[in-house]
Amino acid sequence: MVDNISDEFSLEALRTGDKAEFARLMDTYSTPIYRLALKMLADPQDAEDALQTTFLKAFQHIGEFEGRSSLSTWLYRIAANEALMLLRRKRPELSLDEEPEEDQPPRPFQFADWAHLPEHELLSGEAKKYFERAIQKLPEKLRIVFLLRDMQGLSIKETSEALNLSETAVKTRLLRARLNLREQLSAYFAERLSQEEHK
Amino acid sequence: MSCEEIDCKKLWESLSDYIDGEISEELCQKIEQHMAGCEDCRVVVDTTNKTICLCHCDDDTELPADVRERLFETLHIEDYLKPKPA
Repeated sequence: MVDNISDEFSLEALRTGDKAEFARLMDTYSTPIYRLALKMLADPQDAEDALQTTFLKAFQHIGEFEGRSSLSTWLYRIAANEALMLLRRKRPELSLDEEPEEDQPPRPFQFADWAHLPEHELLSGEAKKYFERAIQKLPEKLRIVFLLRDMQGLSIKETSEALNLSETAVKTRLLRARLNLREQLSAYFAERLSQEEHK
Repeated sequence: MSCEEIDCKKLWESLSDYIDGEISEELCQKIEQHMAGCEDCRVVVDTTNKTICLCHCDDDTELPADVRERLFETLHIEDYLKPKPA
């Protein structure tokens, strides 16, 4: 999906500073990159800063883009680095480096069967706000993997390229992120199920 | 748990690969056999799938018009700031 969109751009035009082509690139990727930054940083001003810096750097360094990854993965890599840099300014101890992951995924504790709840319950304003908070509660190194893979739709390989992590580390973090979010949502929807039963 | 812990653990370890369709047919069949007899694991798979679906539905933030304008101005390409295609 991502590669097909990348193929629509002329690298030659971008490299020669064709502003119309760059404007087209920005109109294609500014919304997904803003969404990514907003969900990573939880602050509209920080997200705008990350968005601007991402395209400034892309504009300045497009000549160095070698095409080893897709253009979109390259943009997401810059955006992820910018978002993480902003987070590190606030929390210098934050590290996303590859380090030994725990062998075992977290054990599920919530077994409420909420997947069959009607859409109006799953997508209510309150449920969406809870989901937003649940994403914010994910540790940053899990959150960025989840957002790139499950929100932006990058493949495992593209996510590993964007974050300069091994595919194994991406898979491990993705599983932990998904299980963490599932656990949080299960706690929330279990209450909704309980309320339904008492009606 | 309604089945042996080790089988559940194996399923949880393979959960992402199963959901993403990145496991062998043999392991896929084993997981489905396990789920047929383990209600808890079926629920974990269904609710994890739904969690990922909700992530897609949650993805509706649009770039504010003023943010887009400032972005184009920052890169000095405001001359190319056309109404965004629908």
